[in-house]
Amino acid sequence: MSDMPPSEVVITINGAEVEAHPGEMLIAAADRVGVHIPRFCYHERMSSVGMCRMCLVDVDTGRGPMLQPSCMVPVSEGMVVDSESEDTRRAQEGILEFLLVNHPLDCPVCDKGGECPLQDQTVAYGPGESRFIEEKRHYEKPIPISDLVDLDRERCILCDRCTRFADEIAGDPLIQFTERGNAMQVLTFPGEPFSSYFSGNTVQLCPVGALTAAPYRFKARPWDLEQVESTCTTCSLGCRVAVQSSRNELVRYLGVDVESVNHGWLCDKGRFNYEAVNSDDRLTTPLIRDKHDQHQLLGTDWGSALAQAAQAIQQAGPERVGIIGGSQLTNEDAYVWAKLARSVIGTDNVDAQLGDGIPADVVLGLPAATIKDACEADTVLIVGPDLKEELPILHLRLRVATKGKTSVIEIGPTATGADAYAQRSIRCRSGEAARTLLALLEGDDPLAKQLREGSVVAVVGRTSMAESATPALEVASVIRDRLPHATFLPALRRGNVRGALDMGLAPGILPGRTTIDQPSESLTDKWKIIPETTGLDTTGMLQAAASGRLDTLILLGADPLRDFPDRNLAAEAFQYATTIIAIDNFITDSVAQADVILPSTAYGEQGGTTTNIEGRISRLTPKVTPPGTVRDDWMIAAELAWRLGGDIGLGSRQEIWREIEQVAPSHAGVTVERICGPEAHEGILVEGTSIEPTLPPPQESPVIDGYGLRLVSGRKLWDAGTNISHSPSLKHLAEESTLRVHPSDLQRLGVSSGASVRVISTRTTETVVAVADESILRGTAVLPFNQPGGGANRFIDATAHVNDIRIETL
Amino acid sequence: MKFFTEEHLELADAIIARYPKPRSAMIPLLHLAQEQAGWITDDAMAEIAELVGTSSAEVLGTCSFYEMFKRSPVGKYVINICTTMSCALLGAGELMEHAERRLGVRAGGTTEDGMFTIEGAECQAACTEAPCLQVNYRHRYRVTSDQFDSMIEELASTNHDVPDHGVLSRIRQHIPEDRFVGAVPPEDVVSSPAWMHDEKVD
Ligand code: SF4
Ligand code: SF4
Ligand code: FES
Ligand code: FES
Repeated sequence: MSDMPPSEVVITINGAEVEAHPGEMLIAAADRVGVHIPRFCYHERMSSVGMCRMCLVDVDTGRGPMLQPSCMVPVSEGMVVDSESEDTRRAQEGILEFLLVNHPLDCPVCDKGGECPLQDQTVAYGPGESRFIEEKRHYEKPIPISDLVDLDRERCILCDRCTRFADEIAGDPLIQFTERGNAMQVLTFPGEPFSSYFSGNTVQLCPVGALTAAPYRFKARPWDLEQVESTCTTCSLGCRVAVQSSRNELVRYLGVDVESVNHGWLCDKGRFNYEAVNSDDRLTTPLIRDKHDQHQLLGTDWGSALAQAAQAIQQAGPERVGIIGGSQLTNEDAYVWAKLARSVIGTDNVDAQLGDGIPADVVLGLPAATIKDACEADTVLIVGPDLKEELPILHLRLRVATKGKTSVIEIGPTATGADAYAQRSIRCRSGEAARTLLALLEGDDPLAKQLREGSVVAVVGRTSMAESATPALEVASVIRDRLPHATFLPALRRGNVRGALDMGLAPGILPGRTTIDQPSESLTDKWKIIPETTGLDTTGMLQAAASGRLDTLILLGADPLRDFPDRNLAAEAFQYATTIIAIDNFITDSVAQADVILPSTAYGEQGGTTTNIEGRISRLTPKVTPPGTVRDDWMIAAELAWRLGGDIGLGSRQEIWREIEQVAPSHAGVTVERICGPEAHEGILVEGTSIEPTLPPPQESPVIDGYGLRLVSGRKLWDAGTNISHSPSLKHLAEESTLRVHPSDLQRLGVSSGASVRVISTRTTETVVAVADESILRGTAVLPFNQPGGGANRFIDATAHVNDIRIETL
Repeated sequence: MKFFTEEHLELADAIIARYPKPRSAMIPLLHLAQEQAGWITDDAMAEIAELVGTSSAEVLGTCSFYEMFKRSPVGKYVINICTTMSCALLGAGELMEHAERRLGVRAGGTTEDGMFTIEGAECQAACTEAPCLQVNYRHRYRVTSDQFDSMIEELASTNHDVPDHGVLSRIRQHIPEDRFVGAVPPEDVVSSPAWMHDEKVD
């Protein structure tokens, strides 16, 4: 993984001469040439510790053969290794006999049974019979070490994988070896559970059944599981996963190690939110609003629901239809919807982002970086949301990268997960990041030189949901201007947001990173009609609907009432829109207001492809059959087209992709064959763009009056989002919403910490619990975006660049 | 939730300042905590974690590795009876049984009056004097049952100058000023370094 020096060393393994990289461990060299040395504690993504001794092999470096742990011995020229010698074999037997001394052998009731390295290696390398007749260690089994992970100490073989992961990779050293000798055990501190966002990885790492995942416990046996390789679409990082099901129900995801993205790790949200797919609350049949009772939704057949939807679209006319959402769709679905909107409905009012991202021309037009580029850059400059909360595995990769030569500098209004590993965390008021950066670059701070002279990857997004996109654009503008060598990773959260934009689900943007005024010939050929004027973005559509200029709103898996930053505007738009058509998996706040509800397939039920923030295309593989009569999103679009008198002309995901490959200039050459081939394991990076982003220069942001506090709002990993709320194991993990303010500000306002206060914004006045928090900047108030108990979107005016609030005692 | 007294907190800061990395002060601070409370409470570990910038779990991991850090209250006198080979051959088992009966507690337990804790221990490097034991980590050699009884009586009746918790902290860690002397070239070694002559603080 690190840069290997060029010259190789030659070693002999089991009689064959092989080349090895100087400095690498013997076990890794053996792995590469296909010689398997048994192991428990060694893991290629973590440091070697030599805990278990299972990897002992005969090593001769000129002083005669000696048993040495191959995970701790670096290769050296002329080394002669025998992994099958009599001594090695006896050592393996001995180690296994020791490991089994205290092992309870409760395989029949152990989740790991059937896929357990201890079972497997005992069969392959063990002594066959145990001489141990004494009493074994006994512990209460299992004990929960967090809401999601249970620990059975009797089964633990003390390999240090979980504890090493928690410390080295996750940076949450909340589990530790305690005691010593025979009493040694993994434990948490009393009252401080292992509530890491990455705890599920320890379950996957544990070479025995000592750590089990609460959501999976006793759900299936490994030999009953069916598995496909797919891609997580919970956030836009696109971690590779193995999706496993039993009896047509998703039961487990495992991380798959791909070099370019996730290194085998998953965040707990991505790992466990499959429960939502299995939820009984899933929509299974179309619903329409009862004509006689506006509060009632009635089940209906697809024919009538689609007819009603088509009628509403037709009656409105192209200019008065808007399509919001689509960033949770696959590329194929997004493409067909983009085509339906433009060539059949005739509108350019499409936006996959919910007024919470950055304009598509900027996302697609800035020089792009990969995750790997970021992890190898001299400096990563983060000006955006808290990556730990929104793009967890990017946070993990950057955290690990800072152990090497990479430094992280972050600029933003609140404490973030990156504070722990950043070289510098610069706090500034929300809306002032660009000017802060400019001041840094113009001053004589050594960081300025570091940024100017070294390689830079900028991770840019909104530092707060209470900001418009402008502050983020100003930051991008400063970086382009002053650090022209920098490349960008957009910090956008939603699953396939990048793919949806690539497919043209944004106003003025056509598939393949082109704009509406430069359609490719093949696109014009396939689409026939392409609107000439740029349509409205989500904010524009909601404003238009609220003022009666837009009649029909189509929600593509979007919940503007929860996810659009300005709930009041969304609510007004819903009130004045004539018809709302929602395509979704669940009845969300917004879907509940819809007139026609069309149920669509969910993750694990769809094939196709997804694109991560780098522009990397990965495959999705269906594993379970969808419930009821739900349909793929592209089929719904095709049906609607038909009813609107058009024809999408595509009959399968493969056909869709073939058309994308033809019409999208940036995607030329990314063939179905490549996507289905071995290359797709790492994903296929799509580079290049023909869009020039429009970036505003930094502006002065408005001053706050003496009574005001600047509102800052970020998302949390565990929030009141739809999938989490429908995952029984996760839904209670979201903390209640509280407003956090610096103690001196609270004191100034005469409010005691923990008291309810009246929060006044330009949008509304509501009661919220305020808590003192020293980490908050003075003059700033932090309210999480979407927690149970009320989101920050009540207070935000989406048209303002920044939002200020006032606090009053009740 | 604060554990350390004002005075100890100051001392803790001074101890942390001695090390290039705050985390290195973890063990000295555990000693300080045990000196203050007689054993190491969860609050103490949590506060130490905060002071040295690590997780409480990590402090627990380190603390629990060392048997001399007590994570529950112990008696004024901690009696460690050696149970390793030489002592075992010369009657450590019987001595332990006797001790348990005499004090009415099992090994690992503490008498109700809070005076005595008995523990089984590994070899105390006094095998020629077996069976042996330690009272607050000071040796007693070739202990018979009768001697054990009179020892208990004597300890119970006299007011010895022993720290309540019966642990090591009677001698505070002492790091002299010239600790950063660095390597001394062999020709300059005329005598042992200055700090070896410093008087031990008792
Ligand atoms: S719980 Fe599992 S991963 Fe952790 S030390 Fe024990 S065996 Fe290893
Ligand atoms: S980081 Fe994102 S893509 Fe990766 S597992 Fe988590 S939610 Fe899924
Ligand atoms: S794998 Fe080498 S010691 Fe465990
Ligand atoms: S065996 Fe008891 S002191 Fe060594």
